[in-house]
Amino acid sequence: MNDNGIKGLLLDEPLIFERSSVGRMGVAPAEFDIPEADPKGLLPAGLLRDRIDGFPEVSEMDAVRHYTRLSQWNFGVDSGFYPLGSCTMKYNPKVNEALCRLPGLSMIHPYEPEELVQGALELMYELEEYLAEISGMDAVTLQPSAGAHGELCGLLMMAAYFKDKGKARTKIIIPDTAHGTNPASSHLAGFKVVPVKSEGKGALSVDAIKAVMDEDTAGLMVTNPNTIGLFEKNIKEIAKVVHSKGGFLYCDGANLNALMGLVNLGSIGVDVIQFNLHKTFSTPHGGGGPGSGPVGVKKALEPFLPAPRVKKSRGKYSLEYDRPKSIGRLKAFYGNFSIMVRAYAYIRRMGGEGLKRASETAILNANYIKERLKDTYHLAYNEPCMHESVFSDKNLLGHGVTTLDVAKRLIDYGFHPPTVYFPLVVHGAIMIEPTETETKETMDRFVEAMKAIAEEARTNPELLKNAPTKTKVRRVDETRAAREPVLRWVKK
Amino acid sequence: MEFPKDLKYTKEHEWVKVEGNIATVGITDYAQDSLGDVVYVELPQEGGTVTKNEPFGVVESVKAVSDLYSPISGSVHEVNDAIIDSPEAINEDPYGDAWMIRVEIGNTNDLSDLMSSDEYQKFIEEEK
Amino acid sequence: MPYIPHTEKDRECLLKAVGAEKIDDLIAVPENARLKGELKLPKGLTEQELTKALKKKAARNSTVEDYASFLGAGAYNHYIPAVVDSVISRSEFYTSYTPYQPEISQGTLQAIFEYQTIVCQLTGMDVANASLYDGASAVAEAALMARRITGRDKVLLSAALHPEYRETVRSYLHGAGNHVSEVMYCTEAGTTLPEALDAALDKDTACLVIQYPNFFGSVEDLKALADAAHAKGALIVAVTNEAVSFGLLASPGSLGADIAVGDNQSFGNTLSYGGPYLGFMATKTEFIRQMPGRIVGETVDRDGKRAFCLTFSTREQHIRRERATSNICTNHGLCALAASVHMVSLGEVGLRRLALLNLSKAEYLKKALANVSGVEVAFSSPTFNEFTIKISKAPEEVLKGLLKKKVMGGLALKRFYPEMNTKEEMDSFVDALSKISG
Ligand SMILES: Cc1ncc(COP(=O)(O)O)c(C=O)c1O
Repeated sequence: MNDNGIKGLLLDEPLIFERSSVGRMGVAPAEFDIPEADPKGLLPAGLLRDRIDGFPEVSEMDAVRHYTRLSQWNFGVDSGFYPLGSCTMKYNPKVNEALCRLPGLSMIHPYEPEELVQGALELMYELEEYLAEISGMDAVTLQPSAGAHGELCGLLMMAAYFKDKGKARTKIIIPDTAHGTNPASSHLAGFKVVPVKSEGKGALSVDAIKAVMDEDTAGLMVTNPNTIGLFEKNIKEIAKVVHSKGGFLYCDGANLNALMGLVNLGSIGVDVIQFNLHKTFSTPHGGGGPGSGPVGVKKALEPFLPAPRVKKSRGKYSLEYDRPKSIGRLKAFYGNFSIMVRAYAYIRRMGGEGLKRASETAILNANYIKERLKDTYHLAYNEPCMHESVFSDKNLLGHGVTTLDVAKRLIDYGFHPPTVYFPLVVHGAIMIEPTETETKETMDRFVEAMKAIAEEARTNPELLKNAPTKTKVRRVDETRAAREPVLRWVKK
Repeated sequence: MEFPKDLKYTKEHEWVKVEGNIATVGITDYAQDSLGDVVYVELPQEGGTVTKNEPFGVVESVKAVSDLYSPISGSVHEVNDAIIDSPEAINEDPYGDAWMIRVEIGNTNDLSDLMSSDEYQKFIEEEK
Repeated sequence: MPYIPHTEKDRECLLKAVGAEKIDDLIAVPENARLKGELKLPKGLTEQELTKALKKKAARNSTVEDYASFLGAGAYNHYIPAVVDSVISRSEFYTSYTPYQPEISQGTLQAIFEYQTIVCQLTGMDVANASLYDGASAVAEAALMARRITGRDKVLLSAALHPEYRETVRSYLHGAGNHVSEVMYCTEAGTTLPEALDAALDKDTACLVIQYPNFFGSVEDLKALADAAHAKGALIVAVTNEAVSFGLLASPGSLGADIAVGDNQSFGNTLSYGGPYLGFMATKTEFIRQMPGRIVGETVDRDGKRAFCLTFSTREQHIRRERATSNICTNHGLCALAASVHMVSLGEVGLRRLALLNLSKAEYLKKALANVSGVEVAFSSPTFNEFTIKISKAPEEVLKGLLKKKVMGGLALKRFYPEMNTKEEMDSFVDALSKISG
């Protein structure tokens, strides 16, 4: 049997607070080389505290063991295949981790004088140029911290543009296949969301956009390839419709991993795009961030980019703060610099040719999995896919088995489950994105596991219902977590 | 799934029971089943008003949220506080213990477009 | 090609399996959308070449160790114990996604649960989220949250709040029609001016935002400000971006804060030219449904064993979409882990000692600088580990002069910041300054 997940020794570990012992210290702070101040003499009594009740106190080694054990209950890209659709869980190169830790890149303060950080500014300047080239945009800001932050940035710029033109626009069009951050960011930027449905084959039609695009609408926010893994084939005509009403085409660039070197988004009408460096550009997800969400724009929106901008003049780099039309800023300082370093390193390592090869291979791998699984699982849209494909549990429901059960059973086989129940338009969605960094052998093992699970669903559905069995914990009671919330440890 | 004959139903999956000028409102068996385990309910204040076809509260399961739409306009006569503390009642007894609000009916015309049990069952068949 | 494993044979085999002759046949992009030509990017590098290229860039930066740095202002250079990088370099942590599948993410989930607890302990609040991007965006989220809770529009910022934080709030709230105004600080005390407050707070005020300690390093009388805000039915948002102060100062919660936000960069996160840092948010239990961001809760698995999972997700964008409490999705999880490891390895005694060390060094330097002619401590309020001075000469000139002596003197709002600085460094700073200034 294709049984990747075998047993190992997992050590139990209490909460850090339960390991605590009063007065124990791990790493002591530096010695006092100056006289010890008396807080009572310096600050009013009401502003001082003398205890941090329940604060953990453990030895250095116990701290290390604690976190080492916790880490062993986790599954990362480095542990195994992680085909989490829409998340682009590709290999996170180790050299990037080493480089972003160079003291000259990690020990620099954001308020150092510009002449002392020329290397950092140059790196940012070049990264902006690379991202502009990859997307076909005219200017890029690196400030936003993640994809959703980038969306907000792009949408605020669109809003500011129309305000500046003297006529604010109130609406934005978003397809029903969109990621939840799209409508949430739109709302935050002050727009009312106008939903549109994709047509039968999972693509947006020109007519659907024509029907809703008007001069109160700031534009269309579209993910391309969309969240079903299909390229929006009418995009050029759709862009024309949007532009004819003076609107902008916003592209959620979360799926850019399918397009590098293959499509110039700028030339097909995209006006704004956010990049998820923690997807396309190989920076790690960190168990929930930090990522980085730069935004690229066409000329018309350039004046509205957040401040400061990195400028180059006569070989010298500087930060430009005086930007009267700018939307302001979305965070302190300039962005998630150490993530930028990793993405920069990735782009330099790959080169233009390498990035193109990455996208081509991501597409090849996704199609391979799609072809090999489409006779076993119901394929939501039987079309040539880009970097990911979406299946559903339609064929399995008769056996009382759902997408969730398949996902949990995959864990027992030693694989991270795909994205499930997204996009919402596909009931019981199973969204598989292998990425370009996986070998054929790994994909074959995954396909065989998926097929074995489909067979189990027919012959022994209990195996799925009871899964996973080999993990630290078995299925988790999420209802109880919500009904009887315990959101922190409290000292008994 | 049950749909008692003595109740009226809405397209938003609420049920209504009329007794005199008081209408009791809750969500249907079908609604609770599609939501899954309910973990949270938000209901209006007693003495407030509700408007026909407008949201009067929210129900949440672990992975879904649904607005509660009022089938009638009127003032809120009574609120079932017990389900705020034990929302599981909505899954266990949607037509009994888990009624949500009692409304003093403002206008009896509001009741005219509500569905009967049979009509509602046909409606959800089509919706599936 | 780097990181792409396929051999020529693999490619052929895969192409065959999908029924394509060449890769181009497979790319389902209409001809009119295809890129003609190649990307104009530098040629790919070997790992060795890449390392060299980046070392060259790094060499063009001066670190806070190359100079004696007295910079702070929202980014703090504290010593990071080696255990921190060792733990966050475990790739089971850093190469995993947000913990959507709890059974294989218990490590991340338990670590976040512990972090939430620590944030509550430090801030004196009931509940905390898993993280936000940074201190500035956390303040913006808090302002939006206060609006939802109170149903009021106006957001009142103390002018002693970090200027970049104020700017962030304005940008974030633009979509919601702004309504942001500021209250002056007292130019003598360096803290928010109570008299200005009375006029500014009214029945439309959703919240008053106070930095504690504030941008000038001064410790605000948070309790009095909270009382004033509460008297008008407004919430108080306390902002702390020098989290080491929690080791010494009364918690925002104990002084009446309704929402405590800020940045925990001080713990375990490198300066890295401004990011990624670590936004935090904590609040009272009653406000939890209005709190943005991920939250981890304790529960049990099928066998009744303790387990953790993401909870209260219905607040979030993937379920509530345009009606979500925030658009945040990816947050700063690994930064939170780094902060936890740092705090855990300090322990309570260590943290309190670290805070005292910071206070002591700042006091030492403050006294010494006050004796330099042409230098004056700007404000009378007590400070923690940063303070503001006034210099009779143009500050830019003075700072330039200091750079020549390998001292980064502070921000041109004359901010000075110790702990990592040894007594010698501080003495030579004072010495250099007295030469330039005298
Ligand atoms: C299609 C899509 N858009 C936007 C986002 C949001 O990105 P982030 O999580 O970095 O905020 C994601 C990922 O979560 C996504 O998959």
